[in-house]
Order: sequence, then structure tokens, then C-alpha cells
Amino acid sequence: MLAIDVKDLRKEFNVQKNREGVKGAMLDLFRREYNKVRAVKDISFQIPKGEICGYIGENGAGKSTTIKMLTGILVPTSGDIRVNGYVPYQEREKFVRGIGVVFGQRSQLWWDIGVIESFQLLRKVYRVPEAEFKKRLDELVERLQLQDLLNRPVRKLSLGQRMRCELVASLLHNPSILFLDEPTIGLDIVVKTEIREFLKQMNQRYETTILLTTHDLQDIEALCSRVIMLDDGRIIYDGGLDELKAKWGKGREVQFQFAAPFQLEQLEFLTAGLEVAWSVENEYTAKVWIPLEVNVSDVLSRVVGTTEITDIKIIETNTDDIVREIYKSGSAEESKLHLLGEEKVSNV
Amino acid sequence: MFSAYLDFIRIRFLMMLAYRVNYYSGILIYTLNIGVYYFTWQAIYGSQQTLGGFTVDQMTTYVAVSWMARAFYFNNLDREIANDIRDGSVAIQFIRPYNYVFVKMMQGLGEGLFRLLLFMGPGMIIACILFPVKLPTDPAAWTAFLFMLLMSFLINSQINIFTGLLSFFVENNEGMMRMKRVLVDLFSGVIVPISLFPGWLSGIMKFLPFQAITFLPSSVFTGRIQGTGIWQVLGIQLLWFAILILPIFLMWRSARHRLFVQGG
Repeated sequence: MLAIDVKDLRKEFNVQKNREGVKGAMLDLFRREYNKVRAVKDISFQIPKGEICGYIGENGAGKSTTIKMLTGILVPTSGDIRVNGYVPYQEREKFVRGIGVVFGQRSQLWWDIGVIESFQLLRKVYRVPEAEFKKRLDELVERLQLQDLLNRPVRKLSLGQRMRCELVASLLHNPSILFLDEPTIGLDIVVKTEIREFLKQMNQRYETTILLTTHDLQDIEALCSRVIMLDDGRIIYDGGLDELKAKWGKGREVQFQFAAPFQLEQLEFLTAGLEVAWSVENEYTAKVWIPLEVNVSDVLSRVVGTTEITDIKIIETNTDDIVREIYKSGSAEESKLHLLGEEKVSNV
Repeated sequence: MFSAYLDFIRIRFLMMLAYRVNYYSGILIYTLNIGVYYFTWQAIYGSQQTLGGFTVDQMTTYVAVSWMARAFYFNNLDREIANDIRDGSVAIQFIRPYNYVFVKMMQGLGEGLFRLLLFMGPGMIIACILFPVKLPTDPAAWTAFLFMLLMSFLINSQINIFTGLLSFFVENNEGMMRMKRVLVDLFSGVIVPISLFPGWLSGIMKFLPFQAITFLPSSVFTGRIQGTGIWQVLGIQLLWFAILILPIFLMWRSARHRLFVQGG
């Protein structure tokens, strides 16, 4: 069963154009000009029930806009969305009963009242029966260790404490889909780990479908089996994390530490015939970059037998590097297209 | 669901109570306001016995009653809504299974009840001791007034919600909100009873909703409107309440399509 089904989804915004100078400002008073900006450009994807999917992209790539359309906050310009069987913006009140949402940068708790008061209010808003509410709350409170926080007003919580409360608030009505928009932003590593663990467990126990946007790729590595990568409103990658690494990770690097000062020419001579590139770190240390087609062991066997080595380190390209690489190449490739598109739109 | 809406009243009430200094200064401000207008009118009357059909005592009572009413119907819903829209937190309101406009209305009601019971109650007692305020003793007058007060609240809140929702459509709503505030205070008759306005202006007022907020209910309560006139006032209030539902509904609907959540 599909939890989320999106087809040719598009969102355009009218952005006000401010003309220059006093004259421009006066003209703006009478007739405003608008630029149409297309934030999400005809994307399609499907997420089956029970999956944890990461939704990544640079700032302004259209992640939040997509999430806002999926949660019924924004009305799409065109395209079809089905979430949980509903068209989010049409039957909003019914639809939102089945989803939970956490915005890392906005609180959904009431600022001036105690945490438990907020939870009680949400219980009534979502019409959760008292007994079920108590059971769920107890479980969540214990799991996220909120016992001491329940009576404090939200404004007196630290960011980490608040974030855990936000999670509880989004889960009290037992939603089958959870949307997380940068849930770990600004949190320390301990809280981050705790939240990741918690989400994983939620997903396993209740088959909660989770869609999360993040800039922290460790969130993705810890949680997601699948990644959707967005650039300039388009999906540029949709698939497993491992394939992403395999496809974009271009090679590995091996760092050698030698017992005695070495000669670069000698090392290059040893690996002659293999397409590798050496670089000198210092007198005793050298790095070799090995493309995917070449076996690391081939390089090692040629170097290790002939020189005395005190340390070897193999460095794999990490996801951060890969993603940075994709962002860079992705936008470089499409910047021309992007400009053409803008022009066309503003003529409409 | 209804109990959730009731809870919004309760929580707003509690929130108001949480800020104690606000509370005590509030009582003082309401008493002062009545006092200031009392002395102003004394000075205006001078040696005259009546002005626009009001005796000095009637005017004093009118001022006190109008401020009592204002304590209940006044709220900052326009500002709250405008802030929600400007900082983008209105997005949170859309992911909840309730109607944002109703919730705002309920919060306004909580605030109104708080002011009425805790500001105006004590303020009114002090005012009755200090100034010659004559409140009616007829329970029917009180019942009618309380119901009209509720209608005043609804109409004023509708105007506030309407002004607040304008933020969806204009870049900066500050000017509109200030204008609305001046219009409501002036044209509802809190500052000057509408019967003292020049003829043409009070004529125009008959076609605007503002007089239904203060002037008409206060006129009933101070006994200036009696008999079938009371039903007429009620009719006018109900009519405005019904009329104002439409623009709010339309605005809210088109706002959904215009929503542009600020701050990512």
C-alpha cells in the first residue's frame, strides 16, 4: 500500500518585484509587478507504507515547499497528491488526523502553558480517548525521558528538551505518517542520537511511515533506506543510499605513513600502469587516490612489499562529500536550463 | 471537538492570569479611563443640563457602561493573526484538525471573559463608588445587555479577524490595523456617543457595523432605547453578525490558495 503518491507536482509562487528608486517605489504603489517563481517543478514519487525516506537538497531546493503541500498547508499549482488516501488540501481536517508533523524551526506547542497542558489540549483537538492517550503518553514520556519536563512552560525548555516534546506532540494521536522537517537542526549529538533511535523504534513497532528532510546526512545514514534528492525543484536522485554512494562515490584514498622519508618518483614508479594519483602530505606521509575501477589491494601489494610502512589508512568518500559533489555538478549542469525556464515563466 | 474549543477559552484565561502585573495595572487603567471621560464630559457640560439628549448622569453611566462593554469585546485578534501570518506560524494551524478562525474566536472569548470578570468587575465597583454611575436594577435589562454584549464581541471579533486576514493579501498590515482601531473606537461610540455626531455622520453610521458594537447596546442598557426598540437593536446586531460571516469565509478560502509560508 502506498502512503504517499505524488504525480507531476508543481508549485509556483508570485514574488513581488520591487522596482528601484523613488520612482519605482511610487509606481509600485499603484501597480505591483510579480515574478512567478517555480519552487517545485513537476516531481513524482511514491513512498510505500512503513518506509523511512530521506528528502534532501540544498537550501531553497523546494524541500519544505513539498512537505507543506504533502501536509495540506499549501495548495499545489498543479499535479496530484495522495497521502494516506486523501488529497491533503481538500479534506484537510479529516486528513490531518492521520498525520504527524514536526517543523524543527517552529514550535507546535503553546508557548506560555505547561507541556502537559499542551498535550491535554492536543488530546482534545485530536479526540483521542483518555485511556489510549494515557497509555501512549506514558510510553512516549518514558522513551524520551520527559518525566521532569511535563509541568514546565514550553518557553523554559532548552531546544533539545523542546524537540523531544514536539515529537511527543506529533505522535499522541498515533499517526500513520510522520513528516519531519529538519527535526535535528541545532541539536547536540546526544539528543540527535536519541531522537534517531527513537524514530527507528517507532518505525519498527508501529510501521509508521516517515518522510524527513534534513541537512545532516548522518540522520539519513542512521535512518533511511531510501533518499530522494532535490535540486532546484527537480528530483535528481531517488533510490537507496548504498547505490547513491556507489554511483557517485568516485574512488577511495589510501594514506601511507612511511618509516623513512620517501621519493615521490619511486612511488609513482611502483604503481606504474595503474591509474592512480599520488600526493605528498609531508616528508613521511603520502596519499594515493584510487578510482573505483582499480582494486585497492593491487595498489597495496605493490607498495607494501617494497617499502617499510608504519601506518595505512583507507579513506572512503563519505556521504557528505558525495552530496556536496552532486549539488555542485547538479546545479552547474542545469543553471542554463534554469535561466531559460525562468524567462519563459515570466512571459506567461 | 467542542470541548477542545472550550479548552481554548480556558487556556487563554489562564494565560492572562499568569501575568499578574498586567492584571493589577489593567484594573487601574479601566478605572482611570472612566474617570478621564467623566471629568472631560463634566467640563464639556459646564452649566448645561443636557447635551444631545443626555443628562450629565446619563452620560456618566453611558461612559462607564461603554467601557465595561469594551473590556469584554476588545481583543487583539487582528494583531495575533497578522503575526501568525507574518512569521509563518500559521502553517502550524493548518496541520491541526480544527478551524483556525474558530480557535481565534474562542481565544478572544477567553480574553474577553477574563477582562470582564477580573478587570471590569473590580473597575466598575470602584467607578460606582467614585462617580455618579446609575446602573439599571431590572434583571431583564441585564439579561438583554449581556446577550447584546456577546453580539458586540462577535461583531468586533469578526472585524478584527477580517483585518488580521488582510495580512494574507498585503505586505504590511500595520496601517490597516491602526486605522481599524481608530475607526472602531470612534465610530462605535466609546469616545463620543453617536447621537452627538453631526447629522450627516450619524446618518452614515446607520449603514456601518460599528454602532452595533457599543452605541446601541449601551443605549439599551442606559434606558435610552426601550420597548420594541430593543428588538430592533438585537436585529441590527444579528444582521451584522450574519453579513460579516461572508467576507471572512471568502477571505479564508482564497487565503488558502495564496498562502506563502515565510521563513522556509
